[in-house]
Amino acid sequence: MTAEANAGVPRLEVRGVTKRFPGVLANDHVNFAVDPGEVHALLGENGAGKSTLVKMIYGVLHPDEGRLLWNGEAMDITDPHAARALGIGMVFQHFSLFEAMTVLENIALGMDEPGDMASLSRRVVEVSQAYGLPLDPDRNVYTLSVGERQRIEIVRCLLQNPKLLIMDEPTSVLTPQEVERLFETLRKLSAEGVSILYISHKLDEIKALCDRATILRGGRVVGECDPSVETAKSMAQMMIGEELKSVTRRSAGTHGEARLAVEGLTMPSEEIHGIDLKNVSFSVKAGEVFGIAGVAGNGQNELLLGLSGERLAHHDTIVRIDGEPVGRRDAGARRRLGICVVPEERNGHGAVPGMSLVENGVLSGHHRMDLLSNVFIRFGAAARFASEIVEAFDVRTPGIAASAGSLSGGNLQKFIVGREILQKPKVLIVSQPTWGVDAGAAATIHQALADLAAEGVAVVVVSQDLDELLAISDRLAVINVGVLSSAMVTKEASVEEIGLLMGGVHGLEPAPERAPEEAANVA
Amino acid sequence: MAPDAAVLVILTVVGAATPLLFAALGELVVEKSGVLNLGVEGMMILGAVSAFAVAVSTGSGALGVVAGMLAGMAMAFIFGVLTLTLAANQVATGLALTIFGLGLSSLMGASFIGIPVEPLAKLSIPGISQIPIIGPLFFGHDALVYLSFAAVVAIAWFLKKSRAGMILRAVGESDISAHSIGYNVIAVRYRAVLFGGAMAGLGGAFLSLSYTPLWNEGMTAGRGWIALALVVFSSWRPWRLLVGAYLFGGVTILQLYTQGAGGLGIPAQVMSMLPYLATILVLAVIAAGPWKGRLDAPACLGKPFRPST
Repeated sequence: MTAEANAGVPRLEVRGVTKRFPGVLANDHVNFAVDPGEVHALLGENGAGKSTLVKMIYGVLHPDEGRLLWNGEAMDITDPHAARALGIGMVFQHFSLFEAMTVLENIALGMDEPGDMASLSRRVVEVSQAYGLPLDPDRNVYTLSVGERQRIEIVRCLLQNPKLLIMDEPTSVLTPQEVERLFETLRKLSAEGVSILYISHKLDEIKALCDRATILRGGRVVGECDPSVETAKSMAQMMIGEELKSVTRRSAGTHGEARLAVEGLTMPSEEIHGIDLKNVSFSVKAGEVFGIAGVAGNGQNELLLGLSGERLAHHDTIVRIDGEPVGRRDAGARRRLGICVVPEERNGHGAVPGMSLVENGVLSGHHRMDLLSNVFIRFGAAARFASEIVEAFDVRTPGIAASAGSLSGGNLQKFIVGREILQKPKVLIVSQPTWGVDAGAAATIHQALADLAAEGVAVVVVSQDLDELLAISDRLAVINVGVLSSAMVTKEASVEEIGLLMGGVHGLEPAPERAPEEAANVA
Repeated sequence: MAPDAAVLVILTVVGAATPLLFAALGELVVEKSGVLNLGVEGMMILGAVSAFAVAVSTGSGALGVVAGMLAGMAMAFIFGVLTLTLAANQVATGLALTIFGLGLSSLMGASFIGIPVEPLAKLSIPGISQIPIIGPLFFGHDALVYLSFAAVVAIAWFLKKSRAGMILRAVGESDISAHSIGYNVIAVRYRAVLFGGAMAGLGGAFLSLSYTPLWNEGMTAGRGWIALALVVFSSWRPWRLLVGAYLFGGVTILQLYTQGAGGLGIPAQVMSMLPYLATILVLAVIAAGPWKGRLDAPACLGKPFRPST
């Protein structure tokens, strides 16, 4: 809209931008340009340098070398205020929201001149209606679903009439219907002349939405393409630089009694804004991969705690392994019987960041891998166990003495998944197995889960990534506000149906008030 | 009890509550910005000794009060450099600040023990201040008492209504988000910490210039800790803090009076434990109770923040 004076000049041009962090070259002489009204994709694996690059455009980080040109003029974007003054808006991958504050306060905080709160509130309602992003300005953020939270970030940007909207992996936490609505909004903005820089590693979305894609690998631009003429596979290969392996299932066929059976698990959450589990029932047979889909924060963490034994059920018979009741047994006892668990949070739950890989191996592996003799740790055996994991799962680390916290997210995930798989579990429960893991490593992990199932292990995969569950699970169920749907056979399930279940009854409207204690608290 | 005696009791409660209110209001603002400064006791006592020394030396109570605030701020600045600039552990630094303050104040105050000082002037409106009961109750205090009430109103307004207050709450709620939107987290926290120091110093100045008015080693006697507990008790709300400060002030005075009245058969030592026992009880009830007082705690409380560039 401002480019009429200098037609043909890109709205934003990145020239030779380089950014180094200690030990890492995050961006290496990156060049690309975004035209007015264009939806431009930045495509790359985790660790390719996409987030670093856009943080420099938004002024959160500063380039070591190179320049940014705005409508053809060199600009020094010192901080986010400067970026917003130019007309750059950003929706962060990890939202920049304040949970205990209201929607309106959150929006005001992200603006440089919000004006008075009453008129801002009216403008929020106007803009959110104009773009189909319903929001109640007076709600507290912690009562909102992830999709609603994202709307806050988008509306916050729209109120400042952006010329360039940066979206960092916006769909990773949305239901399919929410994704479709988001795309409608983005197309509308693009038609109005707003440029959109869209970061993702989801190739189907990029094909559906973007006009052009710049592909990053290892901090460098390795190619540019028109997503509409490429296939998802060809873009993936440019992204990872090698052939993509697809998961092969050696179907052993499911057989026999349920290895893991959960019957009527009801559990109030211990978290302040947590979700209570309500009468959750399912069973998994030997050789079966059972998927649990759902938008984050719908009781997945609570379910995982209830299965692992970190929290106990009310009756012993509520959870059974191979028919044996374990509902009242703790995590150690359940591990000895064969339940191995990969929690969602790697640092602090799945692994102790300050301890070495060997020690982290002992922490969860000592029950099944015989790593203790009386009060002593058998360090020889523990080191062998850690080395075995590193080798089998291609964990990139300077050595097994390295601390877990020094590994990149993807490598630590490979280590944790590997640690549990090598313990030869009877039941493996994995939450978000490939979150933040690059496509190559994701394929390795999927293959390992498939192989495990083929050996007769019952595998439960909890994931927000529906494509992942559709690819690897035999049956799946959807969790929403602590209620698990009945299981369906994956091959016969439709994405629409699953999406509706994920959104529950409140998919497109503001969620019902989840925190009545708040009112009581004020009084 | 005669009306005059009742008025006297209430006046002493005001005296006991005001220093708590000052120190706790300051700490409330500090904690709202996400910083936990356990050095309130140390800042308070340094404020008390500095205020006393300056008031005795210059003969001016007002200068004494200013000196008390500056001393509190100087202590808070040390805390800020260590925990904000150098990202040291806030709990350890705060404890060290308290121990440092207690020691330094003893050294500075050694030559002032037992010296009398002219107490801060009481408000005196001819006619009105002489009205029985109402006069002394509402129009017979020194300026700091009225200031403490004004501070409650001002801080409540600042946090709830002003943009700067909203930014301060945001910084305490999520430092990472505030940084990525473009706020200077460290600068906001420095201001809050310095304000907290000034308020703790003010509380100390009130103690040594109005409440006693004398200098004694260790005269804050744990009031800094009670102020910290009050912040939790109030679930970070200024108006509840006002109630809490007067409640605890009342318990302190109750203890003195029952001791005087022969302790009702209870050993004097038990009675002097009362304010501290009440503190522990309140903290335990809040932590465990259905009110979920911790729900209101700023999410980043006590976590060091290092911005990436």
